[in-house]
Amino acid sequence: MSNEGVDGNRRRFLTTATSVVGAAGAAAVAWPFLASLKPSARAKALGAPVIADLSTLEPGMRATYLWRGQPIWVVRRTPEMLAGLDKVTGDLVDPDSKVGQQPKYITDKSRALKPEYMVMKGVCTHLGCSPILRTDHPAPEIAANWQGGFFCPCHGSKFDLAGRVYKGVPAPTNIVVPPHRYETDTVVIIGEDPKTA
Amino acid sequence: MAITPNPYKTTGALGWIDDRFPLTKMWKEHLSEYYAPKNFNFWYFFGSLALLVLVNQLLTGIFLTMHYKPGAETAFDSVEYIMRDVPWGNVIRYMHSTGASAFFVVVFLHMFRGLMYGSYQKPRELIWVFGSLIFLVLMAEAFCGYVLPWGNMSYWGAAVIINLFGTIPFIGPDLVTWIQGDFVPSDATLNRLFSIHVIALPFVLVGLVVAHILALHEVGSNNPDGVEIKKKKDPATGIPLDGIPFHPYYTVKDLVGVAGFLIIFCAALFFMPDGGGYLLEAPNFTPASQINTPEHITPAWYFGTYYAMLRATPSFAGTQIWGVIVMGAAVVILFFVPWLDKSKVKSIRYKGALSKIALTIFAINFVILNYYGLQPPSDTVQLISQIGTIIYFAFFLLMPWYSKIDKTKPVPDRVTE
Amino acid sequence: MTRLLTRLAQVSAMAVVALLPQAVNANSGMPLLHFSADSGNLPSVQRGARNFMAYCSGCHSLKYLRYERIGSDLNIPPDVLKKNLMFTSDKLGDQIKIAMPAASGDWFGRVPPDLSLETRARGADWVYTYLQSFYLDDSRPMGVNNTVLAGASMPHVLWELQGWQKKAEHAAEGEHGAEHGGGHHEGSPFEPVSKGTLNPAEYQGFVGDLVNFLDYASEPGKQARISTGLKVMLYLFVLLGLTYLLKKEFWRDIH
Repeated sequence: MSNEGVDGNRRRFLTTATSVVGAAGAAAVAWPFLASLKPSARAKALGAPVIADLSTLEPGMRATYLWRGQPIWVVRRTPEMLAGLDKVTGDLVDPDSKVGQQPKYITDKSRALKPEYMVMKGVCTHLGCSPILRTDHPAPEIAANWQGGFFCPCHGSKFDLAGRVYKGVPAPTNIVVPPHRYETDTVVIIGEDPKTA
Repeated sequence: MAITPNPYKTTGALGWIDDRFPLTKMWKEHLSEYYAPKNFNFWYFFGSLALLVLVNQLLTGIFLTMHYKPGAETAFDSVEYIMRDVPWGNVIRYMHSTGASAFFVVVFLHMFRGLMYGSYQKPRELIWVFGSLIFLVLMAEAFCGYVLPWGNMSYWGAAVIINLFGTIPFIGPDLVTWIQGDFVPSDATLNRLFSIHVIALPFVLVGLVVAHILALHEVGSNNPDGVEIKKKKDPATGIPLDGIPFHPYYTVKDLVGVAGFLIIFCAALFFMPDGGGYLLEAPNFTPASQINTPEHITPAWYFGTYYAMLRATPSFAGTQIWGVIVMGAAVVILFFVPWLDKSKVKSIRYKGALSKIALTIFAINFVILNYYGLQPPSDTVQLISQIGTIIYFAFFLLMPWYSKIDKTKPVPDRVTE
Repeated sequence: MTRLLTRLAQVSAMAVVALLPQAVNANSGMPLLHFSADSGNLPSVQRGARNFMAYCSGCHSLKYLRYERIGSDLNIPPDVLKKNLMFTSDKLGDQIKIAMPAASGDWFGRVPPDLSLETRARGADWVYTYLQSFYLDDSRPMGVNNTVLAGASMPHVLWELQGWQKKAEHAAEGEHGAEHGGGHHEGSPFEPVSKGTLNPAEYQGFVGDLVNFLDYASEPGKQARISTGLKVMLYLFVLLGLTYLLKKEFWRDIH
């Protein structure tokens, strides 16, 4: 072995170039493996948008659908229920829904495209339990100022009929509103954004 | 309590580790100060390539197992699920299925290298024995994996291979039922083969590979000249005069081998993953059927040689066990090669004409047997397979004789360029 | 010894013959027409998809293939897909199942197989030839038989397109296929009985489209795989060049 005639620069350059190209190759190989862990076509098909026909839903009642394995509630709110939303504003953490728990196109304070139909995930924002619908009021055992809403049995989080969270409960944010759009006046597609026309 | 400082004088994070774990020690012993003969040729690529394929199989296997569902009702569907619904699933599956074949190509060439240069001779007998064990486990691993897609070839392949155990006198039929966990290959069979394929044998395989390499690094690598480089050391440094550090010289050289191998491997994987029916067989795209046997049952191509021997052996005294014994003996005899070769020299370069002819015939015969092992049975196939079987065993059994009387050439003191 | 040598010579000659590619149907020994399926021929595969849904999907499912996948792979927009290819109340993400339940008694003797993997299991040549080899045969319950799959229970669904044919008189059983290489011209084992709405060349094209579509259906990821492969090869040649230079550079130390 001898080091005569060794071109250190050339050696350093080739080592670097091979290392960089090799590392890029290794990263490219990692990609298919990581990508294979994403939801498969089957999972996506099972998570396809759900068509909800609300024409038979009575005022004051709730219908439950399953979208991406989670319950989606549609509550048909009566005018009295909607009026109740304003009465609890002072007790809420985020009455104006400033935190992005709903799609951007839902701007109404009732957190719905149509105030009459509240579409929301049936999942508590605390640890993922499914809250109970309590439309009866007053209900002092839940809250002094209760106008109807959702009560989570797991850790006692409280939400109003727009899914807005009460102050002083474990849940930090309002209940999530999933993307949805109206196909007709009473048919709602859960899981699709409104067509921007 | 004070820690004895490590002898490598490393400091910082590395020093902290070296005080507690032989990291630098291992790096030096196995790479930067492992002195390998400087005259390795093309044939010496296949050891590192076998390691590469092993890693490929383990990695792709882990990911396939995340999506595959063992079970007679679910296996076939889950393989198609991988092929279609899982993002990149088809590429990962082909990496694994092509990798299985690549493993055997590489291992066959690696073993041929060993035969050619006498890499099994003293003091490397154990390396060879570990290697033969790896080959044996690899065959079992490949067989189990072949069954998992539960296509019609998987099913009947499993039936044929498991039924080999049925030839054992007295206990055979009960043994087959016990292995299958049922009266035919079934859900229970598939699940146990899955368990063996993904847990038991990979552990054994990795353990054997570690033992194979440790044994190699204990005695040092052989080379195409069969010269012991440790006999001529630099008196000042104690480093073999013909030895060069494995790292960087053989790491950069093996990288060339890796790139070359990957070109062939990826060409097969991306452009002809079926390999004309040799890598993935057409009947295996039909779900397992207990009623319809494929028209022509063949084992995977890499079992061709041994399957030919199985078929070549006639039944005798009312039992078929002789074929199984011959096939088993064909693998077992490999273990004894270090003691069958009585030659004074290691490498074929310095062996005489007899050894050269024997090895050449053996290699050609191996390929021919392999080919005929995959052909539909006929009298011709039978005859050729029988001749081939005799040649196969003659190569080994006559080795003590021809390697001893063969004229050898003088071995140089130092390796040649 | 001479006999053995002769035998060996014969055997080696046979070995050479055996190595040559041959497309012979293992079922009947019938030579198959050759067809190199090309799932990358988009217009053909699109036509094949339409024809499959129109003529085949009543009885044959493609249970591993999703409508959505066809749409994205074959550049068919969802609304066209829904209107032209999806007949039932299926959703886009659904796999292609048949309308009739499997237990229905309407089958012609046996449940029609799923065709998701047909071209991989039998080969494109087989499917291509099979669809052109129905002929009139009074001995069969449906009055029709197939030279590729004798006793096939499938009726000749495409008869309106192809017309009817019967086995040619001049062709004796077993040898007629020898010169039968390129379709329905001279040497064909069939002679026409009645004309279909398509002429023979059009019918061959129709079948070709179907086979291309089935080839696509047997591995929807094939084209993507090939194009990935080309990039990988390009990369590997660069890597080979670099590692070769690197090796040469380091090995200048070794004398």
